[in-house]
Amino acid sequence: MSEKVTISFSEEQEQLLEVAINFARDKSPIKTVRALIEDDLGYDGDIWQEMVDLGWLGVALPEEYGGIGLSLAEVVTLAEPMGRHLMATPFYAVTLTGQALLAGGTEAQKQEWLPKLASGTLGACAFYEPSGEWNLGAPDAVATRDGDSLRLSGSKCAVVNGAGAEVLIVSLLLEGAPALVLVEKGQIPDGALRREVSIDETRRTYGLSLDGITVPASQLLDPARTHEALKHIGKVGCLLLAADMCGAAQAALDYIVEYLNTRKQFDRLIGSYQALKHPTVDVLCAIESARSHLYYAAGEFDGPQGDMAVRMAKVAAQGALSFAGDRAIQFHGGFGFTYDCDAQLYRRRAIWGQSQFGDSAYHRQRLAAMLFDAS
Amino acid sequence: MAPTEKELEAFRGEVKAWFEENRPPEPDFLLPQSFMEVGTDEQFYFLRDWQNKVYEAGYLGMAWPEAYGGRGMDQAWQNVVTREMVRQQVPFMVNTIGLNWAGPLILMMGSEEQKKRYIPNILSAEEIWCQGFSEPDHGSDLGNAQLKAERDGDEFVLNGSKIWTSLGRHAKHMILLARSNPEANSKYEGLSFFLAPMDVPGIDVVPIKKMTGEYGFNQTFFTDARIPASTLIGGEGNGWKVAMATLMFERGASGGQAGGHAQMQRESSHLIDLARRSKRGGKPAIEDPLVRDQLVKFVMRERSVRLNSARSAHKALTQDRPHAISISGKYLITELTREMNEYALSLQGTNGAFYVGDPGAVDKGLWHRAYFNAFSATIGGGTSQIQQNIIGERVLGLPKS
Repeated sequence: MSEKVTISFSEEQEQLLEVAINFARDKSPIKTVRALIEDDLGYDGDIWQEMVDLGWLGVALPEEYGGIGLSLAEVVTLAEPMGRHLMATPFYAVTLTGQALLAGGTEAQKQEWLPKLASGTLGACAFYEPSGEWNLGAPDAVATRDGDSLRLSGSKCAVVNGAGAEVLIVSLLLEGAPALVLVEKGQIPDGALRREVSIDETRRTYGLSLDGITVPASQLLDPARTHEALKHIGKVGCLLLAADMCGAAQAALDYIVEYLNTRKQFDRLIGSYQALKHPTVDVLCAIESARSHLYYAAGEFDGPQGDMAVRMAKVAAQGALSFAGDRAIQFHGGFGFTYDCDAQLYRRRAIWGQSQFGDSAYHRQRLAAMLFDAS
Repeated sequence: MAPTEKELEAFRGEVKAWFEENRPPEPDFLLPQSFMEVGTDEQFYFLRDWQNKVYEAGYLGMAWPEAYGGRGMDQAWQNVVTREMVRQQVPFMVNTIGLNWAGPLILMMGSEEQKKRYIPNILSAEEIWCQGFSEPDHGSDLGNAQLKAERDGDEFVLNGSKIWTSLGRHAKHMILLARSNPEANSKYEGLSFFLAPMDVPGIDVVPIKKMTGEYGFNQTFFTDARIPASTLIGGEGNGWKVAMATLMFERGASGGQAGGHAQMQRESSHLIDLARRSKRGGKPAIEDPLVRDQLVKFVMRERSVRLNSARSAHKALTQDRPHAISISGKYLITELTREMNEYALSLQGTNGAFYVGDPGAVDKGLWHRAYFNAFSATIGGGTSQIQQNIIGERVLGLPKS
C-alpha cells in the first residue's frame, strides 16, 4: 500500500449518514436503551416500523427484489450511528439474512423472501453452534434427505432476533458438504427456541434445536453457491459489526471525556491528570483509525482489497471498542464498577462483537496469509 | 486545475524513469537516515548536490509560486514525486527544515522581500536552514525559551544558546525563537521570531555526539551576535504565534511543504522483507505465527495513517472532531516507526547483537540506527507525551495538565 489510497464516499452515503445520526440520537437515548434491556422483545416496534418506512431494510437489496439498489457502503452509514446509540432493533439480523439469501438463495427464494425482508418481515441467521467454532463452513448440524424432504438435526446458538423471525437461514452439513437451508417460522416446533442470556443485554439471541424439524428440499439454498454465500455472509457480518462497534466506541469515548471533564479529585478535574488523559487520547486514536478502516472497507467491499479491508475494519473496531469500554470502566472508579454506569454497556457490546464472525487474532491469522503468502 | 488520475499516472511513469536513471550511485561512506544525522562534510555535499539535481529537474516545490522558484502547479503533482522518492528509497532532501517548515512559514507570513530573498535558495539547497527552538533548559516547555534578543537600533543582539541544531554547521539561516521582552505580561508575549543569519560574528556551533555514535545535532552558542531587525517575521512580540504555526508545519498538521521526503522512512514492507530473511526454528521467521501476528498489527497501523488522511478528504466523516486526524498524525507515525524498528532488532535473533561496522551486522546496522534515530522524531517537534497533552486538550477538550 505504498501508493495513494482514497476512500470513496458517495452522496447517498453522506445523506444517509446525516439522517441516521439524527434518527439514532433521537430514538435511542440511553434511558430508552436501559428500558429496552428490561423489555422482553428488546426493541420498540414503532421505531422499527419507522426504519422500515424509511426503506433502510432494502438499502442494499436490488430493486428487482423490492430493495433500493444501493450497496453495503450505504448500510454502514446506518449501522454506525445505531451502534453509537446502542440502538436495539432487528436491523442487523434482517440485513444479514437478506444478504445471505441474496448471495446464496435460489431465484424463487429471493423472489419470495427479499421483498418481504425489505419491507420489514423479520429474518434471522443460525450459523453458530455449541462448539464455538467461527468457521462458517464447518457446522456440526446435519440435514438428511428423506425423499423430497430434509430432516434436520443438531443445535444452533446465538441466533440474533431468532424468536420473531418469519424465516431463518441455517447452516448445516448435507451429504458431508456445508449447505444452507431456509426454515420458516411455522416449521419450528414449540420450545425449539430458547432465549439465551447474552453478554450484550441490548441483544436478543436464541438457541435453536433443529431436532424434529423437517423442511421441503426446495428450501435448500442454491448448493452451487454455498461456498460463495458463506464467504459473503462472513464479510457482511464483519462489516456490520465493525460499523456497530465503531459507533459504540465513539459513544464510550464521549462517556469517558464527559466524566474526565466533570469529576474532581484532589480539587482538580481528573481529566487534567495525564495518567487518564493520555490513555484517553489513545482511545481516540484507536477510534479514528478504526473509522478510517471502516469507511475504506465500506467503499472497497466488492473490490480486490475488499476481503482484507473488511477483516482489518473488524479488527480495528473491535480493538477500539474493547479498549474504550475497558478504560471507561476503570476511569469511572468505583462508579465504573456498578451496573448503573454505562461503561459496562460498551464493554459488553465489545465482548459480544468479538464473539461473532471471528475475533481479532482469528482475522489477523487470515490477513497474514493474504499479506505474506500470496504470490 | 486539479489533474486527472490519468494525467497523474502518466506523470508517475515519467518520474519513476527519471529517478531510476538519475539516482546517485551509493557512496562509499555511510549515508545519514535523515537531516538530523548529517555529521560529515562529504555526507552534506552529497545530499545537497542531490537535492539541487532534483530541484533542477523540476521535482521540488512544484506547488510553490513561480515567482519564488516554484512551479505553481497543483499539489497532486508534487505528491506523486514524493511518493516515488519514498518508493525508490532515493536519498532524502537535506534542506528539510527549509522545505518543510521555514519555507511554508515564510510563504504564509513573510514579507514579499523575504519570500524573494529566501524561498528560491531553499528549493535549490543553496542556502540551508536550521532551527533554534529548544534550549538546554527548555525543551517541551518551549514557551519558556530564554535566549535573549535585545533591540539595538536596527539590530537585535543575541545572547544564550540553542540546542539540537541539526545542520547547524552547514546552515546559512536559522528560524529562531528568542526572548525580546523579558518584562512582558506572560512568557509567551515576550517572544519574537527571526530568520536569523548564521554567518555573523558571535555564533559558535558545537557538535553533539548521539547515542548512535553519529553526529548531526549541535549546540549553538550566541555571544553578542548582532542580526538585522529586518529578519523579524510576524512582528516583534508575536514569536509564540509564529512558533506554533511553524510547529504545525513541522508536525505535518498544516500542509504547504515543498515536497520531497525528509528521511529514509522504514516501512512495514521492509520489515516483512527482513522477516523473510531471518530465521526462527530453522524456518523463515515470516512463517512463525507470533511474528506474523505482530507484522499484521504493524501493517494495519501503517495503513491507518494512510487511511486517516484519505478519510480527511470527506468532511462528513470528520465532523465530530475535525482536527483529530491532522493533530494526531505526528504522534501515531513516529511511535509506529520507533516500534517497527525496535521489532526489527528482535527479528535478527543473535545478529541483533552487532552494530554498524561489524561484518555480522544485519543490513549494515541500519535497523539499530533507525531505532535509535526514531527517538529524534518521538522527542523532537514536541515529545509524544506533549502530543498526547495537545490532542487531549485541543481535540477532546480535556482540562490542561
